[in-house]
Amino acid sequence: MARKFMKGCEAIAEAAVRSGCRFFAGYPITPQNEIPEYMARRLPEVGGHFVQGESEVASINMVYGAAGSGTRAMTSSSSCGISLMSEGISFAASARVPLVYVNVQRGGPGIGAIQPAQQDYAQATKASGNGGFKMMVLAPSTVQEAVDMTYAAFDYAQRDRNPVLVLADGVLGTIMEPVELPEMRSEEEVKALKAATRSWAPVGHDSTVEPRAFVDAGRWSTKEQEQVCVRAEQMYADWEKDIQVETMYLDDAELVLTSYGICGRIARSAVRLLREEGYKVGLIRPKTVLPFPTSTYTGLDFSRVKNILDVEMSIPALMVEDVKAAVKDRCAVHTCCHAGGEIMGRDEVIQAAKAIMNR
Amino acid sequence: MEKVYARTKGIQADMVDGFCPGCMHSTLCKLIGEVLEEMGMLGKTAAVFGVGCSGLAMGYVTYDYYLGPHGRACAVATGVKRCNPDTLVFTYQGDGDLASIGLAETMSAANRGENVSVIFINNGIYGMTGGQMAPTTLVGMKATTAPKGRDPKEHGYPMHVCELLNQLTAPYYLERTSCNTPGNVAKTKAAIKKAFQNQLDGKGFSLVEVVTSCPTNWGMSALEALDFLEEKMLGEFPLGVIRDKDKEVE
Repeated sequence: MARKFMKGCEAIAEAAVRSGCRFFAGYPITPQNEIPEYMARRLPEVGGHFVQGESEVASINMVYGAAGSGTRAMTSSSSCGISLMSEGISFAASARVPLVYVNVQRGGPGIGAIQPAQQDYAQATKASGNGGFKMMVLAPSTVQEAVDMTYAAFDYAQRDRNPVLVLADGVLGTIMEPVELPEMRSEEEVKALKAATRSWAPVGHDSTVEPRAFVDAGRWSTKEQEQVCVRAEQMYADWEKDIQVETMYLDDAELVLTSYGICGRIARSAVRLLREEGYKVGLIRPKTVLPFPTSTYTGLDFSRVKNILDVEMSIPALMVEDVKAAVKDRCAVHTCCHAGGEIMGRDEVIQAAKAIMNR
Repeated sequence: MEKVYARTKGIQADMVDGFCPGCMHSTLCKLIGEVLEEMGMLGKTAAVFGVGCSGLAMGYVTYDYYLGPHGRACAVATGVKRCNPDTLVFTYQGDGDLASIGLAETMSAANRGENVSVIFINNGIYGMTGGQMAPTTLVGMKATTAPKGRDPKEHGYPMHVCELLNQLTAPYYLERTSCNTPGNVAKTKAAIKKAFQNQLDGKGFSLVEVVTSCPTNWGMSALEALDFLEEKMLGEFPLGVIRDKDKEVE
């Protein structure tokens, strides 16, 4: 393990390379430009390939081709750029292409603001493209988590032959923090990972001796298409085992703060300070927002937990819909939100929590 | 007895294709299969099919393939080829796919000089969706979305893809052919072979534009469509080598 002081975007890029990523295509957009810039320098050093796409549309499709050929491949963008990739992501889900992409979220909707936000939760977890598919969505709250999740994202993608999204934000992309970088996978390991895709990756098969390979987002019959959807649904159900969630003080909390990503980190800090003041508060911080840790909410003792405070950098709040779906009407659900690039203040969270507890 | 002709192994043995009577996609599927077989590349190839009638070919051929989003074949091919330099990668795209929705991907892949081969089928109309106007539709030619015919005042003029690409420095080889006569079929086959060989030799971007007919959506019989192709299409899209860096003086 190498400990380094790194900017979030560059740490994400290095983690991808260490996980075996050997192809990156991307298009400039703030606040994630350091990912493609780092990849342009780094990938040639490890025999990989970087292409600056002519658009986000082209970039996601270059990655579709690269990952479809069994090479670990990634793209990154921010919010409105991710919207442009929606078609390619849907095709990747349909064609079972194990690509990884990173959304360093900024304010929206539209071109919005270049400052950090969390306004793409619904897009990330509900409809990242047409057709009702799902992907694992990993939501880091520190640069270290961004590194670990990016590294793992490639393994999940290859395991499931499904796209994986790392849902970061403009704070994580641009801050510098000390990180422990994971081990660099050796060239032999990277080759073996690619070789393991040989049966399905179209890189040239002699159909007289083995079945040809194809990456195809379409089906010839409605029955076949329906079967694809049914198999995908079974895969989504299997993700229950992959849920990651951080909790604090749920054994005696009366108010539970809940938040993901950068806001989750702010909420965690608020919980610590509130506890020092004697407030019985707890925390649920989903690290995987898909699969969502529903059972952590349903498992709360609602005779004690009367209120939940959802903290998000999105107006309207978006994750709160999943929280409400989990707790139903068993407790009150409040929100504390900013949007448009306004960053959440810890004191605001503390004040919101106190306002609920002191009622 | 000497066997003088056999169906190419590039097309599935038991397959009867579903292309319309008079459609030249079936000819092109055969030619590509023959070329790959002659080059010994059938088992070392990955095609990237466009969306539209061109994409139907994936069901008939025997080699590996990708089907990506409409218009993005050159981007997909870029990702495949960069990561698999030993695989022969070609795209097979119609005019709506390559010249309308995918123009940016086509131009940019050509401008980067990607070491891929592009087979561009230009029949001046959207086939699969039922006869809408394409960037290559001739002036005056009727389409379901230009019911009075293409009017330059409203729709502009037919797009010349080879000439457009010829403005770029990187492309290595650009040729326009047709499949309307036995002679032109032979020239098309030679052009496809050259485009593939260029890639194997690492020479960069090659594009073969094949001017074809669409009897169904042109509202003609197969024979009438051949006459229209000869008299009208080839007037707008003259055949020949637009660029060949092999022939340029060093």
